[in-house]
Amino acid sequence: MFYRENGQFKASYVEDQQILGIRQDRWFIFGLIAFALFAVPYLASDYMFRAVLIPFLIVSLAAIGLNLLVGYCGQISLGHAAFMGIGAYAAYNLVVRFPQLNFILVLVLAGLIAALVGILFGLPSLQIKGLYLGVATLAAQFFIDWVFARVKWFTNYSPSGSVSTAPIEMFGFKFDTPTERYLLVLVVVIVFALMAKNLVRGHIGRSWMAMRDMDVAAEVIGIRPMYAKLSAFAVSAFYAGVAGAMWGFVHLGSWEPAAFSVNFSLNLLFMIIIGGMGSILGSFIGAAFIVLLPITLNQILPVLGGLVGMNFGTALASHMEFMIFGALIIFFLIVEPLGIARLWAIGKEKLRLWPFPH
Amino acid sequence: MKLQTSIAAAAAITAALTGSLLPTSASAQAKEQFFPVLSYRTGAYAPNGTPFANGYVDYLKLINARDGGINGVKITYEECETGYATDRGVECYERLKGKGPTGAAVFHTLSTGITFALTDKSFTDKIPIITAGYGRADSVDGQVFKWNFPLGGTYWGAADMLIQHIGKKEGGLDKLKGKKIALVYHDSPYGKEPIALLQERAKMHGYELSLLPVTHPGVEQKATWLQVRQSRPDYLFLWGWGVMNGTALKEAVAVGYPREKMYGVWWAGAEPDVRPAGDGAKGYNALTFMAPAGQGKVHADVMKFVHDKGQGTGPKAEVGEVLYNRGLVAAMMSVEGVKRAQLKYGKKPLKGEEVQWGLENLALDQKALAALGFAGFADPISTSCVDHEGGSRAKIHTWDGNKWVVGNDVYEADQQVIKPMIRASAAKYAQEKKVTPRDCAKELASAK
Amino acid sequence: MAARKNGPVIALGVVLAAGLAAPLLTGSAPGFYLEVLIGGLMAGVLYSLVALGFVLIFKASGVFNFAQGAMVLFAALALARLAEWLPGWIGIPAGFPALALAFVLATGIMIVLAWVVERVVLRPLVAQDPVALLMATLGVTFFLDGFGQTIWGSDVYKIDLGISKEPTMILQSMFEGGILVSKEDLVATVIATLLVLMLALFFQKTATGRALRAVADDHQAAQSIGIPLNRIWVIVWAVAGFVALVAGMVWGSKLGVQFSLAQLALKALPVVILGGFTSIPGAIIGGLVIGVGEKMAEVFLGPPLVKMWDLAGGGIENWFAYVLALLFLMVRPEGLFGEKHIDRV
Repeated sequence: MFYRENGQFKASYVEDQQILGIRQDRWFIFGLIAFALFAVPYLASDYMFRAVLIPFLIVSLAAIGLNLLVGYCGQISLGHAAFMGIGAYAAYNLVVRFPQLNFILVLVLAGLIAALVGILFGLPSLQIKGLYLGVATLAAQFFIDWVFARVKWFTNYSPSGSVSTAPIEMFGFKFDTPTERYLLVLVVVIVFALMAKNLVRGHIGRSWMAMRDMDVAAEVIGIRPMYAKLSAFAVSAFYAGVAGAMWGFVHLGSWEPAAFSVNFSLNLLFMIIIGGMGSILGSFIGAAFIVLLPITLNQILPVLGGLVGMNFGTALASHMEFMIFGALIIFFLIVEPLGIARLWAIGKEKLRLWPFPH
Repeated sequence: MKLQTSIAAAAAITAALTGSLLPTSASAQAKEQFFPVLSYRTGAYAPNGTPFANGYVDYLKLINARDGGINGVKITYEECETGYATDRGVECYERLKGKGPTGAAVFHTLSTGITFALTDKSFTDKIPIITAGYGRADSVDGQVFKWNFPLGGTYWGAADMLIQHIGKKEGGLDKLKGKKIALVYHDSPYGKEPIALLQERAKMHGYELSLLPVTHPGVEQKATWLQVRQSRPDYLFLWGWGVMNGTALKEAVAVGYPREKMYGVWWAGAEPDVRPAGDGAKGYNALTFMAPAGQGKVHADVMKFVHDKGQGTGPKAEVGEVLYNRGLVAAMMSVEGVKRAQLKYGKKPLKGEEVQWGLENLALDQKALAALGFAGFADPISTSCVDHEGGSRAKIHTWDGNKWVVGNDVYEADQQVIKPMIRASAAKYAQEKKVTPRDCAKELASAK
Repeated sequence: MAARKNGPVIALGVVLAAGLAAPLLTGSAPGFYLEVLIGGLMAGVLYSLVALGFVLIFKASGVFNFAQGAMVLFAALALARLAEWLPGWIGIPAGFPALALAFVLATGIMIVLAWVVERVVLRPLVAQDPVALLMATLGVTFFLDGFGQTIWGSDVYKIDLGISKEPTMILQSMFEGGILVSKEDLVATVIATLLVLMLALFFQKTATGRALRAVADDHQAAQSIGIPLNRIWVIVWAVAGFVALVAGMVWGSKLGVQFSLAQLALKALPVVILGGFTSIPGAIIGGLVIGVGEKMAEVFLGPPLVKMWDLAGGGIENWFAYVLALLFLMVRPEGLFGEKHIDRV
């Protein structure tokens, strides 16, 4: 009833190629963005910004990057947090050595450096694929971890091995309240998400999907595997690098090499699996899920425990978190292997007919 | 699966997730002081983190049960599991800092990594962080680090004391020339802290320092100890935490390195570290500061008011162990800080800034400690605006297979070496983070 | 079928052999060199124990079981705790008898676990692509981690096999000071050898073993001659669980039973990559290669690198195994003994 497309005709190619073709979709998305930009800064508490919204946005950007590689191009990457780490350390070194650079420029440069390294570690994908490629990316993860822990130049010869950053300053304006940081991250994420959506709709995205579906056939019809795979690695690492730089500068403020460990990589992978591989929206949903789950469990478990009469110590709560996490992953894989985004798409399909049966 | 069921499931999950974001019911404006407890009871560091947390919480319970709170203000607390991970520590901090009528009183992070992250936030959040015997060594300088309190000791002090001890063993610091000292350390900010001082001292005395990092969680040490066997250092310092310590001792047994030549920092010298190696750990030495193993008056009180009433946080057998005692002392520092602040600001729940004043003006001498029941289990603390450490002494204790035997020599860090290092490092931090150092003389004058 | 390109393999072999011989040629003590070599071989045996579990499951069901590490931890926890609790429950004397009974009980628990995993996780996901199955096993890992620590506790527990931890010195006549060999590692090698022999016998001589090999060869053909696939999968996971138990016993005796045992899966991955996902001899040889490579690199390659580039310490072994496996992958994409994968369009 609300979602019918009656009366919405496309009169030109431009209109036909819109991302949001249906008017209701446009209202919804623009409304959401307006809400996020103008209403949330007044409604949300400091805690919400710092612990929920900012990590969610940054991590969803990294998840988009990983989704481009795994979901759209079909190359498994188990070490994506390493590219985030490269972005973070690159941004740190740029800020320390060239303090006069604009922060947005720093972000883009950090992403480009991560993209270069991504190409380097994507080279094995030309020879190996599937699980073996996953292991190659793990090699990248551990090696990069080691490099940042050992080569002192990267941490500016810090004796403790951890680096800390000053609050971000741009055009003389200091971003030190959570609201300002949230708005900065939100704008960056919106711009990059739009870029990603257009990339996958264009010919590069189609070449990626062709490689994913059947790479031998793609090669036969003339898609060059080297270009497709390496561009996927480059773009994906770029996104991860930008996300990593923001994670370090905006969210953490000070970090050690262990902040971008293999656990983070596995979390990113879970995000896109639960959210939906091959879907930009899925990256957001998965990120929200993974960011909110520990917080939710921490609040709910003591309440549930009180109902059952059990006293949930923090150790037990932590173990339950692991168990519920694992169970949910298995649940989603069984119930909807294409992720929550698929459920959302099915829902929209049904909504287009509702309340009519067909 | 049917569509309706999956929609219902999705709706339920969304409801749960958004419900968790609603602010938890604000506590009534009661006369309560909230103490957050950042602990780790799971993961590779749980064997050491659990007894500390048990000691900390037991003391808070004791103050409520025996004294009715701090001058009538009841203590409330909440634990949060950090798993020794910096990002979870930051998340726990964000969640707990606003709880209670006046916010959190003081944080103990029990992790140098988390300390680094929270130090940056402390300037805006204005909540003190006590890092007794760990944390940033340069945070002794209260003019830059207004909110950090490394009460009782830092790692530069600890390393310095160890060098003094082995200098004494060799018959003079000059006899250290040409000797080989190996540092087997946890590859984290915690393990890397002493390196600066050990290198400084190596320049002064001419010993050869070799650095052997061990990656988290610290169970892969075979190659490290093969290198130790090859280089055969005269002394070996162990700067580990969690399961790394037990593994190090086991590997030392396996390569036959004499445990008598091994010296652990005060966080590498507790019962969970030596028990896994069994008899092999006999002769292992470690620093002990503030809280050796044993039972005193405060333990009797804990037994009477907490454990005997079934309120004990951990097993009874743990009461009196090294790390449990350290948790007791840490809690005592928090409570005394609040008590001191109440003298100025009144007997009511206090804000973080007010507790900071209390911690900066602590004056606990032997008499005061004895009155609290800590005679023999804590050292006098006397802090000021410039000195947030409050004095640091340590002894060496050795494991004899069943218990820790404390030596008689008391060591204090050589301030001539350390003070310039602290000042330089604090200045660097202030410059990097654009923090304006305080002027303690002016503050003192205006307070009068 | 195109002949395999041997040039790159030989080149890699030459480079590695040179790397292996380099320490001897640059003047390190031969006694110490042998010590590191033997230490590496022993460590490699322990890795192969874990890798065996991977290979077994992949061979029979095509699933890469990321949860093998968590299974090792779960089994070791069960063994350690039961050995601790049994004397209190039924009065069996502590020490070896309790341990033996605990071992039997733990095997039973792993069999039940195998059945549950097959029913709940594998059967619904039967037609999915390998990535989804891998992720499912990751989910199982998380679940087992939390579940194991909830039931058995999260402290560090001891498994006492009665082996002395003191080192033994051998060949004292040939090398000054003798070569250090750890008795524990020797016993581990013996146990691993026995296990492999048992498995070989099982696969070659028993009917179930033959059925397992049939399923590993071709699922559909095996089904068409009447082999019950689901039951076979339960058996395979149970056998892998038994292997995990033995690995957990050996590792637990060495390191103490604690949470980090689950990370062993990450250590055993390069072994499986090197040896090939479907080959048991590959798992063993791969384990030995990785073990030796790791220790050699850490002890002999690390210090020169540190000096050359002013690094903050060594710690090379974290990534060396993976890079080594990666190099092998580039020249032999299926691993040393794996089956060549043919893509059909």
